[in-house]
Amino acid sequence: MRRLAAHFVAGAIVIFARALTAVRGVWKGVAPAPTRRVYFANHTSNADFILLWAAIPPQYRRHTRPVAAADYWFKNKLRTFIGRDVVRGVLIDRDPETRSEDPVTQMAEATDAGDSLIIFPEGLRNMTGADLLPFKTGLFHLATARPELELVPVWIENLNRVMPKGEIIPVPFLCTVTFGAPLAYSTDKARFLQTAYDAVLALKPDTGDG
Amino acid sequence: MTELQILFTGILVLLLAATIVAHVLDEVRPSPSVDNLIARINAWWIMVLALAIAFGLGRTAMVVLFAFASFNAMREFVTIAATRREDHLAVAAAFFIILPLQYYMIWMDWYGMFSIFIPVYAFLLMPIVAVLKGETEDFLVRIASVQWALMIAVYCVSYVPVFLSLEIPGFEGKNLLLIAFLILIVQLSDVLQYVWGKAIGRHKIAPRLSPSKTIEGFLGGVISATLIGAAMFWITPFTFWQAGLMALGISLMGFLGGLVMSAIKRDRGVKDWGDSIAGHGGFLDRLDSLVFAAPLFFHLTRFFWMTNL
Repeated sequence: MRRLAAHFVAGAIVIFARALTAVRGVWKGVAPAPTRRVYFANHTSNADFILLWAAIPPQYRRHTRPVAAADYWFKNKLRTFIGRDVVRGVLIDRDPETRSEDPVTQMAEATDAGDSLIIFPEGLRNMTGADLLPFKTGLFHLATARPELELVPVWIENLNRVMPKGEIIPVPFLCTVTFGAPLAYSTDKARFLQTAYDAVLALKPDTGDG
Repeated sequence: MTELQILFTGILVLLLAATIVAHVLDEVRPSPSVDNLIARINAWWIMVLALAIAFGLGRTAMVVLFAFASFNAMREFVTIAATRREDHLAVAAAFFIILPLQYYMIWMDWYGMFSIFIPVYAFLLMPIVAVLKGETEDFLVRIASVQWALMIAVYCVSYVPVFLSLEIPGFEGKNLLLIAFLILIVQLSDVLQYVWGKAIGRHKIAPRLSPSKTIEGFLGGVISATLIGAAMFWITPFTFWQAGLMALGISLMGFLGGLVMSAIKRDRGVKDWGDSIAGHGGFLDRLDSLVFAAPLFFHLTRFFWMTNL
């Protein structure tokens, strides 16, 4: 029953996202595939993962899980239902003091089960005017733990205009989700993170004011 | 058969012929431009089907179809426009209040209101909503963008279903034919300008705005669309000469509208308005000529043919 409801709500969320943003996946450097992947993207809106999720074809979408903050998604019953059941989020505790599990281990285990992940390496939503904030190190540690994963950079365009922080009415804007070529792994942490950062930024469309 | 049925049959034959020619070309000499041609023709099938259904169902369906077109067109417009987060409420009002109200008033046939609602009330309301946020940077550009989005994508597009409200003596119950005439001439003029340009186009007519448009294409397209319009006088309340002049006006406005919308695209650094209609671009790429031709055609018809203004 709960699973059926989750399935239905997932469909409704995708249809709503489509109707509002006509979201389109631009598979520039990689094609949709059953390969286990880590999609890492820019983060300007709480709905980012929904848009990215909607851009992935349905047969792969079911096996693609967003990594998200447990404190946000366990806040109330509705969020718990959406975060845990609908999008099957890998919910991690952001506070090193209280957590019982290591986030990198949690993510690695999710991929061991055959799933792909969506992560936002900036850590927090980007509320500044800057295009992209520096990346946290989680992506590097995950790549080190599971070097066989395909690391796919993603740029989400325009979603921050649909519903800016503090607004409650979403407004229609056309959004695109651009998928780049998978990243080569490097043992040099700083270099790896810089390459990953540049790969995401390189996908930003250079038209309009964005 | 009624005039409308004859017209749609003719269009179907034309589309069928185009489809066959394109697929033969694809067999004989495949190329990316043939692929694009096939995509365009396929999209035409869908657009003609949508129009045929709306024509068949009547007034309500027509209003809904063009409200849908307006929604898509306005979304394309604001996406490339220079709005900021401070304009959020103004943009939301444009989508969720102004657009539905405009089409609702057209549906209920309140001419005195829908004909001035956007140019007067929405025009004044948009800057008021935005100014309350207190952000002055780029204020004029931002708010003009929202006003333009409403005028182009909602007000001008909404003129198409408004034809159903005209009362022309001796033409009662046949107003759908005026819409068919308008759309047919606008789109044929676009297609014919493209075809003439491809066939004999040498001299660019507006190199900075639209490098693919040529003088030969312009003249060939406008003249042939005018002749076709004159020949179609039997579906309109016009005489042969009047229908020709109307078609000329529609074609010229369509051409100029295309130039204006191109200038906006270039200014904002995009090639197409969107990509929701395969081969054509966005809704606005298909509606740009109609947007400029519809209001003029409507008011000319209303002014000269409606007796009890």
